[in-house]
Amino acid sequence: MRFGARLISGDKPGHPVLSVLLIALLVALAGAPFFFPGTRSLAVASQICIFIVLAASYDIMLGYTGIVSFAHTMFFGMGAYGVAIPLANGWVGWDAILLGTVGGVLLAVVVAIGIGLLSLRVQAIFFSMVTLAVASFAQLLATQLRGITGGEDGLTFSVPRVLSPAFRLLAQPLFGVRLDGRVMTYYLIFAVTLVLFLLMLRIANSPFGSVLKAIRENGFRAEALGYRTVVYRTLAGALSAAIAAVAGALMALLLRYNGPDTTLSFSIMVDILLMVVIGGMGTLYGPALGAVVIVLAQYYLQPAMQALSDATAGLPLLPAIFHPDRWLLWLGVLFVLIVYFFPAGIVGSLRGRARKG
Amino acid sequence: MAEIPLLRLSGVHTHIGRYHILHGVDLAVREGRLTVLLGRNGAGKTTTLRTVMGLWKASAGSIEFAGKPIQAMATPDIARLGIAYVPETMGIFSQLTVRENMVLASTTGRFEEARLDGVVFALFPVLREKWHSAAGSLSGGQKQMLAISRAIIEERRLLIVDEPTKGLAPAVIEHLIDGFQKLKQSRATILLVEQNFHMARSLGDDVAVMDDGRVVHTGPMADLAADEALQERLLGLSLASHQ
Repeated sequence: MRFGARLISGDKPGHPVLSVLLIALLVALAGAPFFFPGTRSLAVASQICIFIVLAASYDIMLGYTGIVSFAHTMFFGMGAYGVAIPLANGWVGWDAILLGTVGGVLLAVVVAIGIGLLSLRVQAIFFSMVTLAVASFAQLLATQLRGITGGEDGLTFSVPRVLSPAFRLLAQPLFGVRLDGRVMTYYLIFAVTLVLFLLMLRIANSPFGSVLKAIRENGFRAEALGYRTVVYRTLAGALSAAIAAVAGALMALLLRYNGPDTTLSFSIMVDILLMVVIGGMGTLYGPALGAVVIVLAQYYLQPAMQALSDATAGLPLLPAIFHPDRWLLWLGVLFVLIVYFFPAGIVGSLRGRARKG
Repeated sequence: MAEIPLLRLSGVHTHIGRYHILHGVDLAVREGRLTVLLGRNGAGKTTTLRTVMGLWKASAGSIEFAGKPIQAMATPDIARLGIAYVPETMGIFSQLTVRENMVLASTTGRFEEARLDGVVFALFPVLREKWHSAAGSLSGGQKQMLAISRAIIEERRLLIVDEPTKGLAPAVIEHLIDGFQKLKQSRATILLVEQNFHMARSLGDDVAVMDDGRVVHTGPMADLAADEALQERLLGLSLASHQ
């Protein structure tokens, strides 16, 4: 029990329902290849892991420090291109993946520090606008530099043999599941997700995390205590960017492809924002749950509506209402309902109820 | 040789937007003494403190701390010289726990248990009970205790405290007076803005009275406390009404 509390840096979920949800998520992800066999399910579980890292890293910026940045997908893309560029150029090996990830992380950190020092002194709205402009510029650059990034078409590449679908860890299936390169890739993603998430919990519950929360609440008061808010905000931005870059590297390995639409698009930025807001800002657990909700909705809402539409085929109006082409409308309704019933996000609202007793 | 004050303001002017608030403030705070800054509302007391902390920049004049000019320094650098500031609004972080608030006030991110027990909890035992509570859930008096505790969790060279009794119940004020008395015994140097003359008189070694953005009187508190006519002239009050 004490070890568990130390592992999560003493940041207890704070509500029984939340504890159950988080344990269920951990168990489901740890055994995903066995509980939910199939290529599609594994892709969903992998994406959930990657978006947990991405959304939680964004929460360090938005939830803990109160900074609204639209450049998070740019850092995600930097990590993805960091891995994709050497692999697509025929350097297929773990050293290429490691160096590509480190390169992507370093670039993300340098750019984040640059943006932070140049623009965090200005008002929050101007900072957001600067990040939007820089992210648009990065997307434009990725499409224009065809020789390096593959332009609009992106880069398709091979991965080391252990991660390729043809690889077999065991000759025989284990519990009916063939341990191939896809499963290996999934467990690599899962392990990195777990380590990074625990690391983020550690940071959020350290004195550094307290300073970030203090700056979010009142920057002037934090300055009067001796904290240089610009430095701390910049550090938070750099940390968040570095973790987003690692998530990008994982995405590239998962897809064995990277292009502007898969890691740099603005729609991913909107998804990340929704994950953090729906889950609960400044909680880290919230973005993890938000990532599950959004990724599952993106993958399964349309098939679920198809099934509903078919089941109500004989009734008036209902088949049209549940027509799978209207899935975005229902996704919107789902968001509105979540925000209505959980105004502080799922985690924030549950914790609030627990405090009131 | 004359004693060099720990904090000295010479001819300090401060503008806030187009308003000229301080008109050449001269003030000295001596080491190991509690100096009370008195004055009517709008006299410029809070602006003086905020100017010392660099929260408003002095447009003219000089501010020296331990002989070092600080008027051009950034607020965090001024704080790191060993100046703790407890603003009128207490300056606590209501969304953080009492413990987190205290951690923030520590320069190392940790604090000595001995000082926590021997100084902070000895002065304000209620904070031990509220250690893991959100600071926003504390009462007004408890928030003030937290704000002061944060300033003394480490040894500071100067404590600047702005109206700690504002809006507090008389029993809590007596408790705060007791706390400040104990701080004085530890030879802490304190600059205190206070409207409550009873508290100012009980605690002050020295006094400076401000009016219209200037210091119009300085001297020992005992002299002001003994001179009702001077009080009447400077502050518009008589001691009798505050007995």
